[in-house]
Amino acid sequence: MSVNDTAAALPAADGEALPSRDRLPRQAVRFGAVALLWLAAAGVTALWPDADEWERTGEFASLLAVAAGILAVAASLAAPLTAAPGGTARPAPRSRLSHAAGRLADSMPWLAVLALALIGWEVLTAKLNLLPRPFFAPPQALLEVYLDDWPRLLDCFAASLTLLATGYAIGSLLGIVTGVAIGWSRAVGYWVHPVLRLIGPLPATAWLPIAFFAFPTSWSASVFLIALASGVPVTILTWSGVAGVNSAYYDIARTLGASPRFLVTKVAVPAAMPHVFVGLFMGLGASFAVLVVAEMLGVKSGIGWYLQWAQGWAAYANMYAALLVMALVCSGLVTLLFRVRDRLLAWQKGMLKW
Amino acid sequence: MVALETTVTGPAGTAPRAAGMAIDVRAVSHRFELHGAPLPVLDGVELRVEPGELVALLGPSGCGKSTLLRLIAGLEPPSSGRILADGRPIGGPDPSRVVVFQDPTLYPWRTVRDNVALGLEARGLLRSQGRRVEEALALVGLTGFAKAYPHQLSGGMAQRAALARALVNDPRLLVLDEPLGKLDSLTRLAMQSELVELWRSSGFTGLLVTHDIEEALFMATRVIVFSERPARIKADLPVDRPYPRHRGDPVLTELRHRILELLGLAETW
Repeated sequence: MSVNDTAAALPAADGEALPSRDRLPRQAVRFGAVALLWLAAAGVTALWPDADEWERTGEFASLLAVAAGILAVAASLAAPLTAAPGGTARPAPRSRLSHAAGRLADSMPWLAVLALALIGWEVLTAKLNLLPRPFFAPPQALLEVYLDDWPRLLDCFAASLTLLATGYAIGSLLGIVTGVAIGWSRAVGYWVHPVLRLIGPLPATAWLPIAFFAFPTSWSASVFLIALASGVPVTILTWSGVAGVNSAYYDIARTLGASPRFLVTKVAVPAAMPHVFVGLFMGLGASFAVLVVAEMLGVKSGIGWYLQWAQGWAAYANMYAALLVMALVCSGLVTLLFRVRDRLLAWQKGMLKW
Repeated sequence: MVALETTVTGPAGTAPRAAGMAIDVRAVSHRFELHGAPLPVLDGVELRVEPGELVALLGPSGCGKSTLLRLIAGLEPPSSGRILADGRPIGGPDPSRVVVFQDPTLYPWRTVRDNVALGLEARGLLRSQGRRVEEALALVGLTGFAKAYPHQLSGGMAQRAALARALVNDPRLLVLDEPLGKLDSLTRLAMQSELVELWRSSGFTGLLVTHDIEEALFMATRVIVFSERPARIKADLPVDRPYPRHRGDPVLTELRHRILELLGLAETW
């Protein structure tokens, strides 16, 4: 069976009335063209000799070729699925596959631009040597870092994530507790609010010199700084969330026999959750910044330290390689936070999508 | 209709109903502080509500009726005077006196079932008496919506859920603060009948604040007419008509005329 058969069987031979006949080749052509672009990137990398010797040119070209191959296979699988709606054989797996195919089709323009950018980068650096070295490394130099220096990179990311998780967990937890306490108790608000107003706007990095002096290890100092950076926005937003809870919610619970503890844990905290998540998001961003600065200045491991170390040795490829992974990791952490939020706040309508 | 079982466990089939509560409002005056100046809202209110009555409190909007309900619910103490529930002074909120507000104020983060379960959960009874939640949902016709979130409900359904949240506690006094005020007129008429049915089958004492004269006369055994703020009781009119009532009943029409007169609106008749 083919789409052409169906088209022939239909009485109206008008091209517009038969989108499937028209869309199948066009979709396939688009997918194919993008695959060809990636193949072109592989070709340029492999066949055009480097201006200087680069170690991993061959591997990089192979990687591009593999990407082109994957795209070609995906294209040949996906094109008919996105083009011909309505099931003939197996509807259930088909609809799932065509969903994935639709997403792939959506990312085609990006994949095309990415291939072109890689070609441009490759030509300007490795092939023509037009950009000043060592500041501009070719893509195969990054690949070289991933292939040769991955144990150290992995160590650094593990160290960074441990530090970040420790500081962020302490900061968020203390932030939520403090925020609820300020929002709930007049006495706590009286004493903590002025302190928060004074210290809150101060960037956590301003505490660096004192922290490294006051704490026994630079690691514990960094935990303190990250906790401070993430804790302040969490505190303020939790507080504003608790303060903004509709007082009728409390009246309802009180007339139904709720204890003060119930009012805090089952009314104030859930009602404030949307605000708390804004604070957690802001705190996460702040904690990334403090993490890198703290590692650059004090801690002898972690991704900030790696960046600093790479720059010291003029190993710019290592720096870019680390930055790229770091961007992916940070973005992944934010995505994770938003996923948790979407799950916990499923009751809200019209949420911002990350 | 399903009858709610009470917390008192009796022999099977003879589940006793909670009897209605008697309310005594004795010389209650109340004032708020507004911009540093005292604002009197209640002025020497005297009211006795017998167990099982359904008393409507009627008056101009903003006259202080809702304040009186808050005092009876125990959410605030009166500035002067005393309020007794079954002869004992009211010291604070209690699940035997439950309020249904004009806004349903369901918790948006809880499903309908979890909202209705609120009172049982707050008192630690959810595990032993969780089945009452389903009964209350059935009573207000929301069985199919137990897993819905409040934002998915219509105004009438949300108010029914709020009613179920009150009824699940088997209150001896149900305080209704303009519970139908924000509903469309058709839903409103339907829910007036439903509320009367609930009250007649459950035996609680009802206090209904409303500014809809027809609603008061259709539902209540007695209508108390309040003056402008600070609220004083202007008239105490028994509505001695059998249930179910008819909106066109000439006796109700006559009472309606008298109430309009009392509220200074007779010329609109």
